[in-house]
Amino acid sequence: MKERKEKVLSSLREMGSDVYGQLLKNDFPSVKMPSRSIANILYDDKTRQYILGKRSVKRSARNVRHIRPFTQLLWTAMFVDELTEQNKTSTLRDVFYSAQAYEMDFQDQQESDNLITDLESVVRFSREDFNVYPEERSAIFGDLTVEYTVPGYEGRQLNLTSHPDGVMIGPALTTADFVRPDKRRVDKVIAIEKGGLFTRFIEERVHQRYKALLIHTAGQAPRATRFILRRLNQELELPVYIFTDGDPWGMHIAMVIISGSANAAHLRDLNTPDAVWSGVWATDIVDYKLPSDPLTDLDIKRLNELEKDPRYKGSMWNREIDTFRKIRKKSEQEAFSRYGLTYIVDKYLPEKLKVKPEKA
Amino acid sequence: MTLVQEAFQEISAADFFYRNRDIAGFTSPSRALYSTIRELVENSLDACETGGIPPDIYVRVSLESGPVDGPGTYVVRVEDNGIGVPGDIIPSAFGQVLYGSKYKLRQTRGTFGLGGKMALLYGQITTHSEATIASSNNPRKRIVEYQIRIDIQQNKPVIIKHKQRSNPAHWRGTIVEFRTEADYSRAMAKILEYMKQTAIIVPYANITFVDPRGRLYKFVRGTTKVPKAPTETSPHPHGVDVETVQRLLKITEAKSLQEFLRSHFQRIGETTARKFLHYAGLGQKKTPRNMGPDDVLKLVKAMKSYEDFLAPDPTCLSPLGEELLATGIKKELGVSQEQIDDGTAFVTTLQRKPDTYAGFPFIVEIGLASTKSIQAEGRILLFRFANKIPLLFDEASDVSWNVVNELIDWRNYRVIPGETPLAVFVHVCSTKIPYKTVGKEFIADRPEVEHEILNALRESGRSLKIYLSRREHLEREKKRLDVFEKYLPKVAVFSTRLAKEKKEPDVKQLLKGVMKYTAEEEGEEATTRGSTAEEEQA
Repeated sequence: MKERKEKVLSSLREMGSDVYGQLLKNDFPSVKMPSRSIANILYDDKTRQYILGKRSVKRSARNVRHIRPFTQLLWTAMFVDELTEQNKTSTLRDVFYSAQAYEMDFQDQQESDNLITDLESVVRFSREDFNVYPEERSAIFGDLTVEYTVPGYEGRQLNLTSHPDGVMIGPALTTADFVRPDKRRVDKVIAIEKGGLFTRFIEERVHQRYKALLIHTAGQAPRATRFILRRLNQELELPVYIFTDGDPWGMHIAMVIISGSANAAHLRDLNTPDAVWSGVWATDIVDYKLPSDPLTDLDIKRLNELEKDPRYKGSMWNREIDTFRKIRKKSEQEAFSRYGLTYIVDKYLPEKLKVKPEKA
Repeated sequence: MTLVQEAFQEISAADFFYRNRDIAGFTSPSRALYSTIRELVENSLDACETGGIPPDIYVRVSLESGPVDGPGTYVVRVEDNGIGVPGDIIPSAFGQVLYGSKYKLRQTRGTFGLGGKMALLYGQITTHSEATIASSNNPRKRIVEYQIRIDIQQNKPVIIKHKQRSNPAHWRGTIVEFRTEADYSRAMAKILEYMKQTAIIVPYANITFVDPRGRLYKFVRGTTKVPKAPTETSPHPHGVDVETVQRLLKITEAKSLQEFLRSHFQRIGETTARKFLHYAGLGQKKTPRNMGPDDVLKLVKAMKSYEDFLAPDPTCLSPLGEELLATGIKKELGVSQEQIDDGTAFVTTLQRKPDTYAGFPFIVEIGLASTKSIQAEGRILLFRFANKIPLLFDEASDVSWNVVNELIDWRNYRVIPGETPLAVFVHVCSTKIPYKTVGKEFIADRPEVEHEILNALRESGRSLKIYLSRREHLEREKKRLDVFEKYLPKVAVFSTRLAKEKKEPDVKQLLKGVMKYTAEEEGEEATTRGSTAEEEQA
């Protein structure tokens, strides 16, 4: 993680030197960045995620419409450079307020968030790399030991079973190093959409019975969580299984973990292409005769959007979308309680852990 | 059942006006004070302009008894430096309500000086006291002073006192002073507005006003040029009625109808008279003496319908003129020549060619002004004037209001109504202003008048548009420079810190160069803010 930090810092400073140099030459400074307009967002089959195309935009201090965002960009870079250097973290909200001290009036939170995204695409690192985190937090539980790198905790280790509610995935955990676990104790990761089921899995000792690390995504997985999932998959070679509600929205939570989001098309290393959506599938609703609700108009609309999305190319995705469309039903993860509280862990889970990654 | 015997009695002209004072604007103590001041000031202005004298008007209102914030007894005094009134006719000029014996027309503020007499009459009946009038029509002669009352039933002046004073200062003019019931606290706003607007439309007048609270208001003239006084003309045949013709027939010395027409009407010469009489079907045998009622009716009808008369003669009109109107607007809005030169304020005026309606000539004059001192308050400010008097009441019923707010699409002139500070001035002069009611407060929507106002505004709107576009451009440039001045130094600071350098680059050179880049920038790809427009798809 240390190396990565050095790269982030040098990338930021490179931008500063570039602007500084242009000013010394009495030129209006400018910065080039990849265009994030819809026309420039492409799906890349190789990395199986959305990426940005070749088009770039120049943001120049010479243009009256650019100079304000240009200055904001530079301020943001300066702010996160100092943040990263001092190993301090900040939230998006913090950035918004800190700017006011420099008379860098951001109109609203949205504007400062956008600037952070701009900076991400200029320096090609995600905001978590320069220590800016969103407020949302999810949790991890399981027999993995991590070693912190944050100030005051450097070298300190923690086993992630030490707290029965799970350990929050925040800046400290995101930047922690992993101690390679014993394959006989941990051989997979299970990501769970709902908090209730996450707790149930811990209570039912799923981590021991199935040798799994459990991650609570709390709905759509935050970037830090997606980053952790990828690291667990790539660094520790652990397969990732995702359990969500059986509806178009749950399906897409899994997809973002697997193939990334259009919003983060300028970033890499956030998706886990080999992760598997294990359920709840539309076909599960039929096969397990799960209690269900009818799909709403909004659900159907979402389904139509997803059908056109290039990420949903595989046969499994097509099958599930078709089935949703046919049965016009959805079921929550909790629907398995119909067969008793432990049914999902005892019967359903072992079946679904046999699912293989979808080859696109 | 009892039969009620209705008692009929003749009333004098004074009595008639006394009984109908409401229609002359004397409805309440506050409205009466406003009308009193207005009528006297207008008489004074007329007296000055007739002599081509730049008016010096002094108005003083003082509280004699009563509360400060309610109806009480006030003393009103109005002085002018006009042509004065000959001593022997002062009593009847101020103490007798006359029916106009004039058969000549010219543009005046009031009609037959009726309003001034109403003011005295109202003062007399509310305070039971007399009026003092002093006047001199010759600086080398003595000043004549009268104290009079009006005998309402007889319609005659009653002279209480009469004296002559020496005139060492060689003064010429008229002073009127009398008691009246009034309510200054309620009338104050309108009175001050009246004076301010009078100062616009009579920019060559000095008006001094001392109010009951001892405050002094001075409206100083911006020029000493007085517009040419209107000449008197005979009526135009399109603009007369049966009564007028009948009266003229009675007093005329003409022996034939041809001669009658030529001597009492404008635009009728020998040929026109002959052709017209043929058109009217009034034979050679008819003379002014033997015209029966049916003949008069036939004559008037023919006068109205005959199309070959020349348009009414406009020389009897006395418009203000573009230059004087601009002077008035500038001085009362506080617009300096520097502001006009540097583009922060704009005033334009326009006078249309004379036009006519129903046999009466009229001229429309327009002013447009835009300056910061005009508070838009969500609308376009409208100032209305008729024969050089401001109209302050019933704005929304006026023809100008309709033109300004309904007929003109201001957006064509780069005006955003309610945002762009804009004042519109409309002055209509005519021998007969087409007032909609007796109250003389708003002008009827005569199509001819409406059309002239509309065209005048459209015409002067073009230069307004040019001005507003230029100002928009200047403001944009200013904003642009402000943006660079705010952000470039910050760019220097932030990049120095980010690059871990010590010395900040100097951005003065760059700031100097900012103006040059406008053109380049217009063509560049518009990438504003950091936002991409797509929805959250995650």
